[in-house]
Amino acid sequence: MREVAASFDNPVMLYSIGKDSSVMLHLALKAFYPSLPPFPLLHVDTTWKFREMIAFRDATVARLGLKLIVHINQDGVARGINPFDSGSALHTQVMKTEGLKQALDHYGFDAAFGGARRDEEKSRAKERIFSFRTASHAWDPKNQRPELWRVYNTRVNKGESIRVFPLSNWTELDIWQYIMAENIPIVPLYFAKKRPVVARDGTLIMVDDDRMKLRPGEAIEEKLVRFRTLGCYPLTGAIESDADTLEAIVSEMLTARTSERQGRLIDSDEKASMEKKKKEGYF
Amino acid sequence: MASLREYLAAQENKSFLRFLTCGSVDDGKSTLIGRLLYDTKLLFDDQLATLEKDSKQHGTTGGDIDFALLVDGLEAEREQGITIDVAYRFFTTDKRKFIVADTPGHEQYTRNMATGASNSDLAVILIDARKGVLIQTRRHAYICSLLGIRHIVLAVNKIDLMDYRQDVFDAIVAEFTKFAEPLGFQSLVSIPMSARFGDNVIAASANTPWYDGPALLAHLESVDVDTAVTDGPFRMPVQWVNRPNLDFRGFSGTIVSGRIKPGDKIAVAGSGRTSTVARIVTQGGDLEAAAAGEAVTLMLADEVDISRGDVLSADKARPEVSDQFAAHLIWMAEEELLPGRGYILKLATAQVPAQITALKHKIDVNRLEQYAAKTLHLNEIGYVNVSLSQPIAFDPYAQNRDMGGFILIDRFTNATVGAGMIDFGLRRATNVHWQALDVNKQARAAQKHQKPAVLWFTGLSGSGKSTIANIVERQLHAQGRHTYILDGDNVRHGLNRDLGFTEADRVENIRRVAEIAKLFTDAGLIVLVSFISPFKSERRMARELMGEGEFVEVFVDTPLEVCIARDVKGLYAKAQAGAIKNFTGIDSPYERPETPELTLKTVASDPALEAERVLAFLREHGYVA
Repeated sequence: MREVAASFDNPVMLYSIGKDSSVMLHLALKAFYPSLPPFPLLHVDTTWKFREMIAFRDATVARLGLKLIVHINQDGVARGINPFDSGSALHTQVMKTEGLKQALDHYGFDAAFGGARRDEEKSRAKERIFSFRTASHAWDPKNQRPELWRVYNTRVNKGESIRVFPLSNWTELDIWQYIMAENIPIVPLYFAKKRPVVARDGTLIMVDDDRMKLRPGEAIEEKLVRFRTLGCYPLTGAIESDADTLEAIVSEMLTARTSERQGRLIDSDEKASMEKKKKEGYF
Repeated sequence: MASLREYLAAQENKSFLRFLTCGSVDDGKSTLIGRLLYDTKLLFDDQLATLEKDSKQHGTTGGDIDFALLVDGLEAEREQGITIDVAYRFFTTDKRKFIVADTPGHEQYTRNMATGASNSDLAVILIDARKGVLIQTRRHAYICSLLGIRHIVLAVNKIDLMDYRQDVFDAIVAEFTKFAEPLGFQSLVSIPMSARFGDNVIAASANTPWYDGPALLAHLESVDVDTAVTDGPFRMPVQWVNRPNLDFRGFSGTIVSGRIKPGDKIAVAGSGRTSTVARIVTQGGDLEAAAAGEAVTLMLADEVDISRGDVLSADKARPEVSDQFAAHLIWMAEEELLPGRGYILKLATAQVPAQITALKHKIDVNRLEQYAAKTLHLNEIGYVNVSLSQPIAFDPYAQNRDMGGFILIDRFTNATVGAGMIDFGLRRATNVHWQALDVNKQARAAQKHQKPAVLWFTGLSGSGKSTIANIVERQLHAQGRHTYILDGDNVRHGLNRDLGFTEADRVENIRRVAEIAKLFTDAGLIVLVSFISPFKSERRMARELMGEGEFVEVFVDTPLEVCIARDVKGLYAKAQAGAIKNFTGIDSPYERPETPELTLKTVASDPALEAERVLAFLREHGYVA
């Protein structure tokens, strides 16, 4: 992180409010202490995030005295893009991927931190820690810069940028252990609580606001659930769980039989979907 | 939840092994890693379901689970059935945590293998039992040794296809061992294996009763690869100067070797300045000690000029500092290496312009032989001399990877085109008296926070040159600048006492003074020369002797009558009386400067005001801040 702060003109930290973002932010606070991290946070808001995430985001920024940039793809809003009618693929493409590109272009960021980990998904496993993007934000997996030792090539021409993944070599279990060891605040949605959910397409979707219309035969139930991963609420499946403490979550994890991205509806859209999204500029 | 806490504590204390798998195409690397993940129960149900589905569609195992599909991530690879890039995998057992770099077998992806090897302590080299030791096996073994891997596992895979025969295994091991001997590996363990069926991967196999060594996992869990970087001398490349406010100045970086504690004496490699560690600052509170691998912020007891790219090191065991060294270089770009062309070199946090001055030889990795070459192509390895535009601190790669490994970056595309490992510095005595050799004019001037210059005051005797020059020097000195005055009269008492006032002697007089002024600018000083220097050609000679922009001609333009009227030293009276011959203005000419940088008038002005004009000129033109 210091390498980025020292080498780039205008870095930014992508802040998605999830647990990985919380850990990444915590590391930044440590890396620059006693200074504050010398870059702003950027949240690309799809307008469909859980309300508790937004509240947590605003509280965190206020508590730490950091600068936050919130970007919403107004073009997408105007077109009425939403996860229910547009489908998850288009929604993610427009509100997340396009939104992110807009924000990076608008502010001219030449380096952006992301909380992605190599253990999440197969194509992520091959991504560099310093991952080069062309001026149009594209990723060319066959033409990545070799990354040897701890020497990172931070040089870019004007318009090009680098995505930086400081958590590349962390596993999901590492993240939870670190949250526990360092007492890092996370969004309460990770803890089990009675929440209103609807069973849909094999997962449990939480009814976070009245934009969610019930389909015939669906009913809202109160269930003890929590989330292993957070995104747009209509696209993020809850799991039934009674784990309401960090200890309980880690215990549950150790015996878990499904990977965390399973709750993400966007990955299963089509095969190799993550790799495709990344080539197009998704984080 | 006490048991969970205990479990987590145990997790944190687990040791950690980074290794890579390499081998030729279709030797079964990806299958082996998939097998490790599968057998150590690191696969989730949904990943298994995808795997089973994919195995039927793309699998090469006839409907059985094809473990390779688990790790071959990119679409292109799935279609071609080969691993293109380096993929990193993670798994944990009760004894250790592992990061595996799965690296490509194809020759054209050798650079990716080097990438994987650069961060690994151990390499698993796979050999297809049916094919034996191939050219690429040798190449991979050599690259591993070059990148400092000291522990090798020779996995003789697909032994099932050779009916688990011991003689096949023994022959391959014998051939490889002979080849690898000069590479100096610390440990070499050979294991007969079938990744597909799991023989000797996790547990000893009943199919190889003649083999009494460890299974792969048991060996990976127990092999001692401690590289002892914490025992080395203290090194911390400065990444970032931490300056939240005027009261705090810390130096942030990751310690790459040794240990440090408050009170330890450190030296800044490069400037050679020393200081003492006052505090080790972290967000969790100050530390009493820190060791290799930790990212810390150090506060020093003294105000020392330190910036990103400097290396803080143990005072008693400093790294080499040089602008030339010999290194092994792996070329990683399509465009060939051009000796003499400018590249950017990055080592630790230092980044400097560099060029390859000599390609000593290319290395044939199959025979470990050297031969002459003019250039390096993609994936070729050479032994080169590197010259930098300024000295940097380093250690030989064999002693410390972080202090001896560097990358070369193309100046225009910014691509990483080469990776090098420093063998040794090319200037002798770099450890002892390197300052004498490597500190140049810029370094001396930078240390003094000024641009060296010669202020050449010219004008008639009694015009006020020395008076103004003295005021200027006093002011500069008060500002902490480093100066020296060369005064005509004073120099004639010593160095130039053998010279008279003939035209030839006047020329020699100026030549000597100009040479001295040049030496002083080389020392980084601002030199004030106060000489009548009546002839244009000598003043031009002095100007041409100095570097661009270093010569500032100051014409003190006082009319002759005024000088005669002042006659501070009574010289005009003597000259007019004929007691002094060749006196400028009386019986020897003064050639007025045509385009001096400054013209000062002393009539109807005060010397202090004129001195201020000189100082203003120095500020405006950046000689002093």
